[in-house]
Order: sequence, then structure tokens, then C-alpha cells
Amino acid sequence: MARKSDRQIEHLLRRAGFGARPDELDTYREMSISEAIDTLVNYERIRDDVDENIGKPGYVGTTTRGPFLPMSNITDSRQRWLFRMVHSDRPLQEKMTLFWHNHFATGYAKVAGTFGATEGARYMAAKSSEDPGKVRGQIEMLRENALGNFRDILVNIAKDTAMLVWLDGRTNTRTKPQENFGREIMELFTMGVGHYTEEDVYAAARVFTGWNLQRPGSVTDGSQHYEFIYNAGQHETTAKTFSFPIYPNGSKTIPARSGAEGIQDGLDLIEGLAANPNTGRYLAAKLYRFFVSEFRQPDPAFVDRIASVYLQSRYDMKAVVKEVFLTPQFWDDSSYFARYAWPVEFVVRALKDIGWAGFSVNDALTPLSNMGQVLFEPPDVSGWDAGQTWFATGSMLARMNFASSLAANQKFNLATASTSSAKTPESLLSYFQDQLVTAPADSSVSTELMTYLRATGAWTASVAQVQSKSAGLVHLIAGSPEYQFV
Amino acid sequence: MKVTRRQFVKGGVAAFTVTFAAPEFLSDLAQAQGARTRNLVVLYLSGGNDSLSMLVPYNDPFYYSRRPSLAVPAAQVLQVGTDSSKVALGLHPRLTGLKEIFDQGRLAFIQRTGYENQSRSHFLGTDIWSTADPTNAQSLGWLGRYLDSLPSPVDPLIGWNTTGSLPRVLQAGHTSVPAISNTATYAFASPNAGAEATAERNTAVRISSHVPVDRPELAFVYGSAQAAMATLDRVASVATYQPTFAYPNTGLGQALRAVAGAMYRGIGTKVFYVTIGGFDTHSNQNVTAANGSYFNLMATLNDALLAFHNDLKNQGLLDDTLVLSFSEFGRRISENSTGATAGTDHGAASVMMTMGGKVSGGLYGTAPNLNLDTKNPTLENNAADVHYETDFRSVYAQVVDMWLGTDSTKLLNGNFRKSGMSFI
Repeated sequence: MARKSDRQIEHLLRRAGFGARPDELDTYREMSISEAIDTLVNYERIRDDVDENIGKPGYVGTTTRGPFLPMSNITDSRQRWLFRMVHSDRPLQEKMTLFWHNHFATGYAKVAGTFGATEGARYMAAKSSEDPGKVRGQIEMLRENALGNFRDILVNIAKDTAMLVWLDGRTNTRTKPQENFGREIMELFTMGVGHYTEEDVYAAARVFTGWNLQRPGSVTDGSQHYEFIYNAGQHETTAKTFSFPIYPNGSKTIPARSGAEGIQDGLDLIEGLAANPNTGRYLAAKLYRFFVSEFRQPDPAFVDRIASVYLQSRYDMKAVVKEVFLTPQFWDDSSYFARYAWPVEFVVRALKDIGWAGFSVNDALTPLSNMGQVLFEPPDVSGWDAGQTWFATGSMLARMNFASSLAANQKFNLATASTSSAKTPESLLSYFQDQLVTAPADSSVSTELMTYLRATGAWTASVAQVQSKSAGLVHLIAGSPEYQFV
Repeated sequence: MKVTRRQFVKGGVAAFTVTFAAPEFLSDLAQAQGARTRNLVVLYLSGGNDSLSMLVPYNDPFYYSRRPSLAVPAAQVLQVGTDSSKVALGLHPRLTGLKEIFDQGRLAFIQRTGYENQSRSHFLGTDIWSTADPTNAQSLGWLGRYLDSLPSPVDPLIGWNTTGSLPRVLQAGHTSVPAISNTATYAFASPNAGAEATAERNTAVRISSHVPVDRPELAFVYGSAQAAMATLDRVASVATYQPTFAYPNTGLGQALRAVAGAMYRGIGTKVFYVTIGGFDTHSNQNVTAANGSYFNLMATLNDALLAFHNDLKNQGLLDDTLVLSFSEFGRRISENSTGATAGTDHGAASVMMTMGGKVSGGLYGTAPNLNLDTKNPTLENNAADVHYETDFRSVYAQVVDMWLGTDSTKLLNGNFRKSGMSFI
């Protein structure tokens, strides 16, 4: 690829990350595009120390009621994740974690309703290093496997405590097979609707009979917890026949097995689903909408290419996602700003563009809810609807109002940074249009912004004027329709 | 950081009339399009309502044999008589308010509504009910198409969605429906105060009134910004509504309170969309235990609808209002395990409800016979699920023809009118 411009690197970082902090932009500017892709994809080379900076000066703040407990208080879990999105030097890891969170969309409320609030946050977000029972919450599993093997992710998710509650696998038993997980693993997690039958749903439910929960550990040291157990006595042992191949030889039938060996049924089905060509195509189309464009239907050439890398690499998501960034579709002019920013993408990018010193991510949580996205609480198992559905009046107003509250919070910092560019209204506008890059705007927008700068009195560049006009301008730009695209 | 009350610019008319969207003009338009007449409130029970637990065939022995843990005991149901097939039916015991409304003749149940070859997917199912098109469920919503059919310019508050994002049912070709989940936070904030804040608001209104050419995606976002700016003041008037009857402090209760406020203030909205979630009761369904999950759903539904009904009645608005409920599917007849964890999986046909002053209350359609016999014509899927009797589009057709006053054959792309079923 030719030598990159800032425009390309910014596009890459909006998609592979959440926009760019000034220091991030400085780092990536020094790289060629292929070096940048390499750095983003091979993030394990970069130390994962972002959590150590929570609470330190110079970083976005968090707000706690007592100690900061992201492993047991869901508000703190949300703050920790937003903090990572802003400050991680592994932006693609956080971005893919968000992709998987939406793909395997699991809601905290049901887990908390079943086991209590503290336990709910634990199974969603605890790190094993901080849990007395070594519990690894679902988001940590997804984060550790963010560019891992898709088959492994499926096995992990099928055994995930939160998922076993969310889709009721914990009650899936021999005499009463439970269809919820069996259906969604085919409909939403792998092949997509239209590639399986109702009989397949029953068969899949039977396959996962006995994939339940147990509760080892001790109450006294806090290690007691729920975790996956294969309950051999609850496994339905007869053969299960599907309408699609399970095995490489084309066989559609998982043979009858004893209860003791029956866990293999689930592993065989997962392998069959991972290997199904429809799964690669389903993921490719989803990756297209997440990384490339929501303005067009997924390009068939792109889907073919990504699906074939998926199969050739035997479901290696690192190879798959890297390939996404190498496609001409990703770099096509028409793909720039061709995605509707998710609320967290908008909020985190605004923090990176406008500033975070003195701001707490806690104050983004209610606005995010008003914009329609609560982390750890997708609306249902199909995830967020995304695209245009983010943009109803109330949620648009919530974006405008978040831009306002962040601009108000950063008022003094913004004025300090812009003072040397504030000699004229034109120079101030030009400064902030460089700081907050948007989708191309018609010239009438700049005209209106100039009218705003000239309203309420002559331009004196006084401290008070620069403060109020800088904040007002940042509010209007970050709250504008053009800024809502990435 | 906290935005103080002072920093919100609720904005006077004076600050607003100089700009593109003048509220008095819109109010006139709203009046012309029928404010305070004929409101439609569509209520979505999200997740797949187990209608057999809501409207119980309490004399069917198979209801008890197939649901040893979940069945409502016959002695507990609130009897509502028999349907045309002589099946005795009773409401869930927590639906005492709906029983009152039913006894006053303002509540109708339409049994066994659905369609052929149902996928049992929440998402496809919801899309099909939303578009009224089983063959092209990715098209515009049936309510969105209705709004598109109104003479333009259409008032930006013609529809009101009480959830955070726009559901498919309200997706329209050229009508933007506001999502107003909380009337109190539906206001324009500013980092400045006084004249600066007013200048910002005026600029935001002017920028959003511009329509980008040949960029439909950007124009869509512009549309939502523009509609937000144009509706702020009228929505603020709803936030101060004082109801005549206490609404429960639930999502549904507060949403219906806002709907009643919007009707009372006459702000011009014709179509409201409200939802209640949590019906995907695969496990721990607990139909009859106090505080069990299905029991709580019935409590939420009952208390909110009763408050809404009574408030509208006191305000003289009940005759102008029709509530229409749907869910993406019913649930499997047999429970999926026994004891406290018992639940029900995805099924087929379900029950729709209509409520309002002009509703001819009663029981429409016939109940399923739950006999576990694969030849049982009221069931499907080897007698596992309830088979539909009335195409859901026939219910929509009656609402479209008799309530909205538009030709249903055009709006629904076909003649789904069904004789002998007139609940309006």
C-alpha cells in the first residue's frame, strides 16, 4: 500500500479502535499502513497494563462509592471497560471484545436476577486474578479470546456461567431438553436463520443436555461460585440427526453415546457449526457491517474472501480480522464515515478528541443509556440493532446533550488549548474542525457555525469569550449529525 | 459533571419562532391531522407471551396434564365466560384490573392469532409482526407505512415511541418518529447560560433544518436532530401532566402516563408505541407464585393498563383511544421441566388484546384444544404448539379500516378482512 496519510490512519483507528488520543495518533503516524495493521492485530506484543492506570492522574476518572469493585459491582465493571476503551494501547482487543459482546449478547440483569447483583457482575466481568474462586467473567473470556479461534470461543461460551443462566442451559436436562441455547447457537452465533430446521433445534437442545452448573468452593474464603459442569446423568444419550453435516465426512448424525462420554456431542456439534460454510459467511457479513460499511449490503466479493480465510485458517479470528483490514472494500473512499457510530464509539471518540482530564466515565453511563446502549445489558440475545436505529430523536438529543456536558466539563482546557488560535472566529472554527474530524459537511454548516461565533457581540478574543465560544463550538460540532459517523 | 437545571434551555417561543420550525404552526398542523381524536396505542409484549397462562382454558384436562408445574388451578382463574366453541376461559388471577375492564365491555381478546410457517425466532417473528409481511420482514413497519400515507407535511410528533430506539414497526420511508422514553430528560442542554445558550440552540435548530442532498444516511440523522429540536417544547408540556389516577412506577406504567399526558395536552400524536419486556420465560416461569416471573409480568401489565384506562376515562379520552397488544409468538404448550425451574419454549399462535371506549369487548376466535394428538387441528408441530386460527393481519386490517380510517387492503398489501369478527 502507498504511504499513508493521516486520513487513512484516522480511518483505521476509528474502525480498529475508538478513534485516537493525541499520543496514539503520534505513535501510529510514524508507521506505514501495514505496520499499523500489524501492530493493531498482534496486540499481544504490547503490555496489557491499562487497568493499572485506573485512578491515576492524567487519565479519565472513575467514580466510586467506597472501593472500586469492577469484579462485583456492575457500575464499576462498566467504568472499567470504558476506561480501557479510552486508554488501552491495544485498541483492537477492546473493539473485538465489543464485537463479541454484541455477538454473544448476554444481559447482566438476568444473571443478577438469578444469583444476585454481586454475583451477576462477577460472572459478567470479574478477572480470574482478582476473584477468590478464580472466576473469569464472560467479558474477560471474550477479551482473552478477542482474536482467538472461533471454535474455542464457542466452546467457552457454551460453558460460560453467565451464558448458562442467560439462555437457560443450567436447566437443560435429560427428560426436559431446553431449546434456548440450542436455537440461538445456530440462529445467532453461527450459521444464521434459514440454515436449520425446527427439528435441528430439538436435536441441539438434546445435544447440550447435562451442560449445567455446579457450585464448588467455600463460603468462608469467598471462593464459592457457580461454574460449568457436564452432568453425565442428565445427558440424553440417543443419537441426534441434523439437516446439515456435523462431521467432515458429511455425516449428519451424532451417534448415541453413553452418558459418561456424552459431552463429546456438544463438542462435535460446535465443531460442525464452526466448520459450516454458512458460519464463515455469517461472520463475514457481520464483520463487514462492524468494520467496513453500513451504507451498503455486504459486498459479495468481501464475504467470499473473508469466509474463505475463515475456513482456510480453521476459524482463526486473527487471520480473519487482519484480512478485513487488507481488503479494498475497507479502504474504499465510500467506506470512510460509512458507519453509524455506536453510542460507546461516539462517547469514547469524543473523550479522545475533546479531552478527559477531570471527567469521570461514570458521568457517561446515564447518557449512554439515553443513547440506547448500556454495556453488559444488550436488549436481547441478538445484540443491539445498530445502524439507523440508534438515531431516534430522544437518543440523538442524548448525544447532543453528552457533547454539551463534556464541553462544559472541559471548558477551561478547551479555552487554554485554543487561545493561540482564537484571534478571529474563522481561526477558532478552523482549529476545532481539525480537532473534531467529521464526515464531510456541506458549507452551510460552517456558515451557521460562523454565525454562532459572531452572535452575542463583537469578537474580542477575551478569556471569557474564548471559553464560552470554544465550549459552545465543541458542543455544536460533537453534537452535529456529521460527527455521529465513524 | 452535573448539568444544573439552569443550564437547560427549555427555550421560549420567542427564541424559537425566528427559526425554521415554529411550534404554533405545528400545533395547527397537529390539530388539522386530528389531535385529540383517535389515538392508537400499540403495546408489544416482548419475548413471546405465554398466552395460555394469561387466558386460561381451565376446563381442559390437557392444560393440567401438560403443565403439572405451571398450570393455574381452575379455582384461581378470573372467569370470563366461554368462547364461541364453548370453551370456558379465565384470566390469570393477577389480572383483576383487566377483569374489571372486560366486565365493562371495553376489552377484547382475539384468540389463536398468528400466521403460517412461523419460524419461532424472536427476531424474525418480531419483524414479521412489525411489517405485517411474512415474506419480506425487512421492509418498512406497518405503522410507519401508515404514517407515510398521511398528507404531508407530517407533524414530527405524529408518532411517539416510548422506547429508546426506533422499532421496525415505526420505520417509515419519509416520516421520522421520535423516541421519547423520558419526558423529563427530553431537553436541550448547553455548556453556557443566557444569551450564549440561546445562540447555541438557535444554531442547532438552523443546522438541523438543513437537508443534505444525495446522502440518505446523513439525511436520516439530520431528520432525527431536526425532529428533536422541533418537538422539545411540546414534549416539555407533557412532562408536567398531572394524571387523575396513580400510575405504577414501572417502565410500562410511566410510559403509559406519558401517553395519557400527550393525549391530554393534545400535542398531535396519533400513534404511540409502548413495550413491556421479559416474556421469554424459558425457565423459572412461576405463573402463580406471588413474585414469580410470570406473575410479576401480569402484575405490571394489569396495574399499568388499569391506571391508563381509569385515567383516560376520567379525562374523557377513552372513546378516542384504542390499545392493541401483540407478541411475537405464544409458547410451547408442555412445560420444559418440572418444579420451580419449569418454563416454556418458543411456540406458535398467541392471543391479541384490544382495549378502548369503542371496543366491543369479549372473547373472539376459539381456544385451542390442548389434546396431545398429532391430528388435533387446533395444534401444530406434532401437537406441541397452538396453531393459528386468525391471521394477525386480519386484526390489523380491522384496526386500519375501522379505527385509522385507511384502506387496509392497500396498507397491508392484500385483503385480510375477516367477516364475523368486529371488535371495534
